Amino acid sequence: MEFSFTEEQRLMAETARKIAKDFPPDYWYEKEEAGEFGAEFWKAISEAGFLGIVIPEEYGGVGLGVSELMLVIQELCENGCGMAGNWYICLTEVFGAMPIVKYGTKEQKEKYLPKIASGELEFCMALTEPNAGTNTFRIETFAKKEGDGYRINGSKIFISGADRAKGMLLIARTTRPEDAPKKTHGITLFLVDLPNEAVKVSPIPKHGINYSKTCEVVIEDLWVPESAVLGEVDKGWFSLLDVLDPERLVFTVASVGIGKLAINYAVNYGNQRQVFSQPISSYQSLQHPLAEAYASLVSAELLAYKAGWLFDNDGHYREIGAVANMAKAVAVENATKAVYWAMQTLGGYGYSKEYHVERWWREINLVRLAPVTQQMALNYIAEHILGMPKSYS
Amino acid sequence: MKIAVFCKSVPDTETKVRLKGDRLDTSGIKYILNPYDEFAVEEAVRMKEAKKAEEIVAISMGPARAQEALRNALAIGADRAVLVTDDALDGSDTLATAKVLVKVLEKEGGDFDLLLFGQRAIDGDTWQVPSQVAALLDLPQATCTVALEVEPGSKAVATRLVEGGEEIHELTLPAVITCSKGLNEPRYPSLPNIMKAKKKPLTTYSLGDLGIDASEVGKNGSRTEVLSYELPPARGGGKKVEGEPEEVVAELVKFLKEEIKVI
Repeated sequence: MEFSFTEEQRLMAETARKIAKDFPPDYWYEKEEAGEFGAEFWKAISEAGFLGIVIPEEYGGVGLGVSELMLVIQELCENGCGMAGNWYICLTEVFGAMPIVKYGTKEQKEKYLPKIASGELEFCMALTEPNAGTNTFRIETFAKKEGDGYRINGSKIFISGADRAKGMLLIARTTRPEDAPKKTHGITLFLVDLPNEAVKVSPIPKHGINYSKTCEVVIEDLWVPESAVLGEVDKGWFSLLDVLDPERLVFTVASVGIGKLAINYAVNYGNQRQVFSQPISSYQSLQHPLAEAYASLVSAELLAYKAGWLFDNDGHYREIGAVANMAKAVAVENATKAVYWAMQTLGGYGYSKEYHVERWWREINLVRLAPVTQQMALNYIAEHILGMPKSYS
Repeated sequence: MKIAVFCKSVPDTETKVRLKGDRLDTSGIKYILNPYDEFAVEEAVRMKEAKKAEEIVAISMGPARAQEALRNALAIGADRAVLVTDDALDGSDTLATAKVLVKVLEKEGGDFDLLLFGQRAIDGDTWQVPSQVAALLDLPQATCTVALEVEPGSKAVATRLVEGGEEIHELTLPAVITCSKGLNEPRYPSLPNIMKAKKKPLTTYSLGDLGIDASEVGKNGSRTEVLSYELPPARGGGKKVEGEPEEVVAELVKFLKEEIKVI
C-alpha cells in the first residue's frame, strides 16, 4: 500500500496552492457578482500547464493522469477558488481533452490538443436534454447520415461554457433506440466547432457559478463531416463513460475542496469571534458538525483518489464507477454539511455576500444535482454494489 | 556566467508552529522552498533567459527532504542541483553551515561569478549565512537587494532599500547578493517544467565527499547552540480606558506608573 504523493505531485499541488492564493475568494466574489469569466485566472492556469495535464507531451501537454488532474483541482478549490478551481478545467480538459486523447484520430489530436493545452481553445460538452438527464440512452438529438457527413438536429440543456467554447463534444443518436440491437448501441460522439450558425446558444439565468454561463443549445440542421466523429459510430456510450467518470471525480474533489475551504474559513472566524465570554468556536454545537463533516470529507477524498488511481491504472469500469459514486455521494453530503455549518458559524455575516460562505453554498448546491443527483449515486450503490433491485426503468 | 543559488527547505508559511518538549514538532509540517530563495532562483533564471548566464546550480544543505526544494528550483529553471546531506550535519549553526557551503562551491569548480541567496530563511530567521559565506570567501556582498543589474565578467549593481531612500552598490564580480521581496515576481513552476525538473541532474554529497570531518560541523563544530524553543507568549487582553479626558489621563498615568512601571 502506498498513500503518499510523489515529489512531482507535491510540487504540482504547491503550484496550484500558489495560484489559488493569487485568485482568492475576493476575486471570485467580484467575478460572480459581475457574471464575468475569470480571464486572469484562465491565463494563469494555462501558463501553469493545468489544461494539458492529461494531454501527451507530443501535443503540448504534461502526459499525466486523472489523479494529477484531481490533485491540482482540489488544491485550487480548497485554497480559495471554491468551485471555480474545478469548473473551467473540467469543461475544457475533461469534456474536451480526455475523450480526444483516448479516442481521437491523429488529425483530431493535432487539431485540438495543442490548442487546449495552451489555453487557446475552450471546450464544452452537450449531453443533457430536456427529456434526458441521467437516462442518457433517451437522448433525442439525432445525427442522420447524409453524403460524407451527418445532418444533426436536436436540443440540449444546461450546457456550461457553450457561450464561449470553440469546441463542443456533442452526443447524439445515430441509431434510434427501437432499431438498436442493444440498449447501449446507437450513441455517437461528435466534435463540433463553434460558433456555428446552426447551433443557437442561449444562457440560462441560474443560482450560482455565474463566472460561467450555462446554456440552452438548439441544433438545427447542423452538418458535420465524417471526420467530426470521435471514436466509433454507434459505440459512443463506452467512450462517454471515460468522460463521465472523470467528471464525477473532479466534482468530488471539488466538493471536498469547497467543504474544507468553508470549514477553515469558519474555524478562523469562530476563533476570532467573541460573543459572550469565549470565542464561539469553543462551543461544541459548532465543533461537532464541523468535525464530522471534516472527517467525512477526508474519507471521501481517499476514496476519490482510489477511483482516480483505478482509472489511471486501467481498473475495470464497474469498479471505477462503484468507487466514484460512493466518493461523490459522501463528499457532496458532507461538503453541503460543511458549508451549512460554516454559514451557521458566521451567523448574519454568513448570509452577507462579502463573507463568501453564501457563494460556496450556492456552488455546493449544484453538486447535489449534477454531474449526477445524490439519489442516482445512491441508486447506483444499492443496485450495483449491494445487489438490490432497480426501482426504475 | 555561472551562478550558484542557495536553497533551503523550510516549513510552509501557513504552518502552525507546535513544540514537542523543547524541540520543534515537525509532524505534519509541509515543507516548501524558502520564499526568499524563490526570488534568488527567479533572478538567476531571468539572467539566463537574457543570455547573461550559462549555468545555474541550485545548492542546498539539509535533510533528504530538501531534495524537493531543489526540484522546485529546477522547475523554476535552474540547470542542476547539489544537495549536501549527512546525519552529522544536524545541529550545525550558521557558521558551520557557511563553511560547508563554501566547500560545495570549491567542489563544484569554484568558478562561480555570482552567489545568490534569499535574504533570510523564514524558519531560523538568522539572516547570517550569506554574509558568512561572503566573509569566508572574501567576496563583496550586497544584502536585501530589491534591484539588480549584472554585467557579466565585470560588475553587479545592487539596490537596497534603506530608511527614507535607496542605497546603490557597485560590486566587482564574483559577489554575494541576497534577494529581497520586490526584486522580482517569481513564476509558478509550471507542470511541464516540474516534469522536466525530474530529469535534471541532482547530485548528493555526504561530508566525506566534501572532505569535511564530522567534528567541524553539527553541534561539535558550532559556536552557538540552540538550547530550547519556546512559543511567543500568548497576547494578553488589552485595557480600555474610558471616560472624560481628565479622568482618562489620570487613570492612564496611574496605569503606566503602577502597573507597567515605565514612568
